[in-house]
Amino acid sequence: MPDRNDLSEVPRPEAAGAARSAAALGGGIGAGQPAVEFRDIDIAYGKFVAVRDFSLSIAKGSFVTLLGPSGCGKTTILRSIAGLVDISGGQIMIDGRRVDDVPIYRRNIGLVFQSYALFPHKNVFDNVAFGLKYRNVPKPEIARKVGQALEMVRLPGSEKKLPSQLSGGQQQRIALARAIVFEPQVLLLDEPLSALDANMREEMRVEIKKIQKETGITAIFVTHDQEEALSMSDRIVVMNAGAVEQIGTPQEVYETPATAFVADFLGKANMLAGTVSRSGQAIAVTLATGQTVEVACPRPLAQGSKVTVVLRPQKLSVGTAASINRLSGRVVSASYLGGSAIYEIDIGGKTIIRANAPITGRVLREGEAIDIGFDPEDCVLLDEDGRRIS
Amino acid sequence: MKARRKEEGRWAWRLTGFVTVCVYIFMFAPIVATVILSFNASMFGGFPMTGFSLQWYVKLMANEPVLAAFRTSLWIALVTAAVTTATGVVTSFALVRFEFRGKQALSTLVILPALVPETILGVGLLVLIKAVDQPRTMLLLVLGHILLAVPYVVLITQARMVGIRRVYEEAALSLGASRFSSFREITLPLLIPAVIGGALLAFTISFDNTSASLFWRPAGVETMPTQILSMLKISISPEINALGTVMILVTVGIPLLGGLILQSLTRLKRRDEPKEEAR
Repeated sequence: MPDRNDLSEVPRPEAAGAARSAAALGGGIGAGQPAVEFRDIDIAYGKFVAVRDFSLSIAKGSFVTLLGPSGCGKTTILRSIAGLVDISGGQIMIDGRRVDDVPIYRRNIGLVFQSYALFPHKNVFDNVAFGLKYRNVPKPEIARKVGQALEMVRLPGSEKKLPSQLSGGQQQRIALARAIVFEPQVLLLDEPLSALDANMREEMRVEIKKIQKETGITAIFVTHDQEEALSMSDRIVVMNAGAVEQIGTPQEVYETPATAFVADFLGKANMLAGTVSRSGQAIAVTLATGQTVEVACPRPLAQGSKVTVVLRPQKLSVGTAASINRLSGRVVSASYLGGSAIYEIDIGGKTIIRANAPITGRVLREGEAIDIGFDPEDCVLLDEDGRRIS
Repeated sequence: MKARRKEEGRWAWRLTGFVTVCVYIFMFAPIVATVILSFNASMFGGFPMTGFSLQWYVKLMANEPVLAAFRTSLWIALVTAAVTTATGVVTSFALVRFEFRGKQALSTLVILPALVPETILGVGLLVLIKAVDQPRTMLLLVLGHILLAVPYVVLITQARMVGIRRVYEEAALSLGASRFSSFREITLPLLIPAVIGGALLAFTISFDNTSASLFWRPAGVETMPTQILSMLKISISPEINALGTVMILVTVGIPLLGGLILQSLTRLKRRDEPKEEAR
């Protein structure tokens, strides 16, 4: 890796136009300047293109999640910010400064790994102090900051312990302390919770979010777990096959998925194919199964257009509560979740609908007849290409 | 029926025990005999013992050629261990951590000297030296020993290197350590058991080596094993038993000592078992 560019140096003007605009942007640190900015990033391993045309700008102090199935390129993007992966096209800017050619050890980013990656031969203090040591922080200052960081992750007094003496959750806290103690410009978290058991995971979720808020650090979080993404993020970037599907707040991506992929990946929405049978303000869609439902549509659609009605399991009403857009079917399976139940309902035509409904009265059993309904406003319409009609 | 099977089992165990004991006797009897006979008072290196004596050790201490050979072997082994370990660590780091053209070829070439019969290697190097019209020097001997030991050190360090996850180095880099610092502070300490093990093995390989040394040593220079060989040509003196005992002590004792040090080091680190999370 080239070692010639110091952080303070002006970026090499290899692509003249791009460099000029970068220099212009890097001139002053404005209030609205993004903490991290990607401009048309391409990343390829040999012939395999892992990421193409990725652009994103991340506001200072925000918590952004890259969400997607494994192999969608989210970890590759994270590693490219860190400098562990070379980009083959585009630019990455941190605080307005181009970092493509800056080696990883000069980028000033905090990195938390899925496997913690605590140095096994160093105790907790030396692990956390590692980044400070390489920033020439005086010893007493190091001791103070390490103490503070351990306080923050609620493991004070653990300085002398070795990583092998800590549980998984504790190790991840130390890894977090190590990554934030030197006040990096960005904190990168690469599936930090996936190695923990379910209880620990939920606790750490809250903890990480709390620490991020307290420190005001810009955080980029990578996960394939939609619950983590929805509960922690200010913004979610849903990715698939190396490209962005949708960027938005958790509510936006969940309630108004931009594509069929997003609708399916977040919360396993029901997708009912159909044809517009009556256009107007509230259009009527005849489903492939034969029933006709009324749905709200943001713009008029021609009769005969093919659409997909996306319905969240939680938005369906079940039984007597189903008054509008009533569909009748039979229960294929029922899972009791305490407060609510998840039904899989066969509405005919080999179409199964999932409904997550609060329990009123008793839980229906397999084979029983059931009615479901939904409000015309409570669904999203996708066009033939799987894109949201807006 | 049951009783018979039990009976068979007992006999099987007895037979296994017998064979095992025989194998061990066969393995260790020569060593034990050498050590015991080195304390024999008799002029002739054989049983029965005529009495306990340290005279052969005393004689050995006064035998200047033997002492010279010992010194020669010792420093050749030390140089070999040092150079081989450094080379081996760097080589295995490159082989495990980087992708480059000819990597497969290099990794095969590096261990090749361990597969080629030593005599062939000995003759080969000798022929090469003659072909380019160079004299046999100490440098050649040392280089030859390095050639013999490098494959083993590479194999040992490579195995350990594979086990050191790259993510540790990535973590160090992300925290601001340069590539060299992260190697020195993270990779090397984690590699230490293999480094020590490799160094000890290289030392013994060099200290022990007979056949290749016979080809490569300059005129008038003897290493311990070649010295023993030339002493045997004259007579089977009990002095050789004493010398053999010293050899055994060095070649077995040093690795054993190293192993013990290593063990106590790792034990120190794992004093406490990892604790369970209290919830």
